[in-house]
Amino acid sequence: MNIHEYQAKELLKSFGVPVPPGIAVRSPDEARDAAKSLGGDLFVVKAQIHAGGRGAGHYVGDPACSGVRLVKTAAEARAAAFEMLDRTLVTRQTGSQGRVVRRLYVEAGCAIDRELYLSLLIDRTERCITVVASEAGGMSIEDVAAKTPEKIMKIRISPSLGLADHQSRELATRLGLHGPLIGQFATIVHAAWEAFTTLDASLIEMNPLVVTKDNTLLALDAKMGFDDNGLFRHRAIQELRDPNEEDPREQEAARFGLSYVSLDGTIGCMVNGAGLAMATMDIIHQEGESPANFLDVGGGSSREKVGAAFRVLLSAPGLEGVLVNIFGGIMRCDIIADAVISACRETGLNVPLVIRLAGTNVEEGMAMIRSCGLDLIIATDLGDAARKIVTAVRTRRAA
Amino acid sequence: MSILVDTHTRLIVQGFTGAHGTFHSKETLACHTKLVGGVTPGRGGETHLGLPVFDTVEQAQQQLHADATVIFVPPAGAADAILEAIACEIPLIVCITEGIPVQDMLRVRIALDRSKSRLIGPNCPGVITPGACKIGIMPAPIHRRGHVGIVSRSGTLTYEAVAQTTALGMGQSTSVGIGGDPIKGLDFTDIVEMFLADPETESLIMIGEIGGQSENDAARLIKDSRTTKPVVALVAGITAPPGRRMGHAGAVISGGDDTAEAKIEALRSAGVHIAPTAADLGTTLQAVLRG
Repeated sequence: MNIHEYQAKELLKSFGVPVPPGIAVRSPDEARDAAKSLGGDLFVVKAQIHAGGRGAGHYVGDPACSGVRLVKTAAEARAAAFEMLDRTLVTRQTGSQGRVVRRLYVEAGCAIDRELYLSLLIDRTERCITVVASEAGGMSIEDVAAKTPEKIMKIRISPSLGLADHQSRELATRLGLHGPLIGQFATIVHAAWEAFTTLDASLIEMNPLVVTKDNTLLALDAKMGFDDNGLFRHRAIQELRDPNEEDPREQEAARFGLSYVSLDGTIGCMVNGAGLAMATMDIIHQEGESPANFLDVGGGSSREKVGAAFRVLLSAPGLEGVLVNIFGGIMRCDIIADAVISACRETGLNVPLVIRLAGTNVEEGMAMIRSCGLDLIIATDLGDAARKIVTAVRTRRAA
Repeated sequence: MSILVDTHTRLIVQGFTGAHGTFHSKETLACHTKLVGGVTPGRGGETHLGLPVFDTVEQAQQQLHADATVIFVPPAGAADAILEAIACEIPLIVCITEGIPVQDMLRVRIALDRSKSRLIGPNCPGVITPGACKIGIMPAPIHRRGHVGIVSRSGTLTYEAVAQTTALGMGQSTSVGIGGDPIKGLDFTDIVEMFLADPETESLIMIGEIGGQSENDAARLIKDSRTTKPVVALVAGITAPPGRRMGHAGAVISGGDDTAEAKIEALRSAGVHIAPTAADLGTTLQAVLRG
């Protein structure tokens, strides 16, 4: 799960990371009032969406207007907000369809001397939390890694010892920091590590972390992601979820404990098991068509859950066919067959459906499908299923 | 021979009296596995499925001397259950639970690395040596004892490989689901090494997916081993978009060589035969074996 910049900054501030003063707003008037109450003669108005590259991004139909604007007065903040709210911003992370901006963050501006990069993440190969830093801040870390990998530095935090401050001080000196900045940097890394471990984070990124002209460190941008498996013990974090930033079908699926990812193809898939679900997408692709979604209905699915899965996948735009692929282990094929039949009746399915069942109680399941009176296509194995759905979709398209 | 488990393996269940523990324990008993008892805190002294229940693994071990434990404890307590099993020096720990926080698993790894215990999972179907010992949630009837060693990050894809090798008359020596989490116990390299050393295992099927470096590590191991045992592999997720978690916590492309294409290339260059799709695991292996 991801959260907005203003939420990440509020959380990190509570752990001791210095951030500029700022106020989240939802209207031009609020933006003006925010600038007034912050005071000063420089403000940054930032679009709040769950995607990076906002500064280099632009609004649809307005290439001159980016997702981060520098303004000098409260009136200008209001004017900028007017141009930025409730319109679609495209960045290199949003895809060409972009995201609608529903909230802005108005911050006090500061004079920047240097831009650094700092992040904490889980390193699955080293099995620890790793701190990544670079003197090349303010640009995409992927670009830095590709062009100047020598500018990326890492320290690994021992899961048993925890973060040792000398590690942070060493990192600070390698970034070229001097004097009081070394201690400040160590404090920031420590605070971020505390936040990371306390909140079951999966990523904390400050890009840039700046050295200001008056020689202090400040997190000018902040991004936080959380381990979905850890959310059950952080109710306050769950409440930071922004439904506007998530695919409505993925949210509906999540309500029923289903794992769903929207894709841009036309063949809907309902599969049990994540690996088999991916392999089913791959085999559809191999046969020359594209999957509309990833959907894992899980091990012990009920009729309700399968019904919900069906409704979600049928709501995808441009759907041309459905492939149901179940290898029953815990899941019994007769339960799946029953759920699929009743879901087809309820939803009035109007595209071809191929069903392949294997494993526990397959005979009973198949008998139910054969005798249900619906026009369902039965497949004997995964390869057969993929070929049959592709043929059915193409026949329908040609007709 | 087989790997990890055989007819002598004595098994206990943590989370014995819960719904999952009960259901799968019945299945396990039906497969002639030596299930000797279980643990549910607060239920010690009771009898469940005709077997003794203990409050702690420590108490269970004093009486039962188990070689293996299978964990059906819900996510919030699962890491602690693994730590308990490690503390009691149970040689083989199989954790079925899906949804354990990754930072809990980082702590488990510290204890695991300092112990002699081996962990399979979490978020896995378990391990089975057909006809000898079943630990986990896989459907027993699709298995048949034979000579193919199977190792996979995915549960249902493991069943595909099992069903296909059974249908083609090859059967399995042992089938191991290592699980879909990013931080786990035994990995591809560990299991592949065991299969290469096992005389009963004549060929291998390895099923990987996007995310992480395990398949690339296994490719290096296979190349360096100069083994003559044929290895067939599948890597799921060719059509998965980068940055999205595909069901499994560990199945996410984060950049670099953790894509399906990169892994397939690494395996291919190590002499591994790539199955074109999940429907071709058995036939690809059969074709290789027939030369």
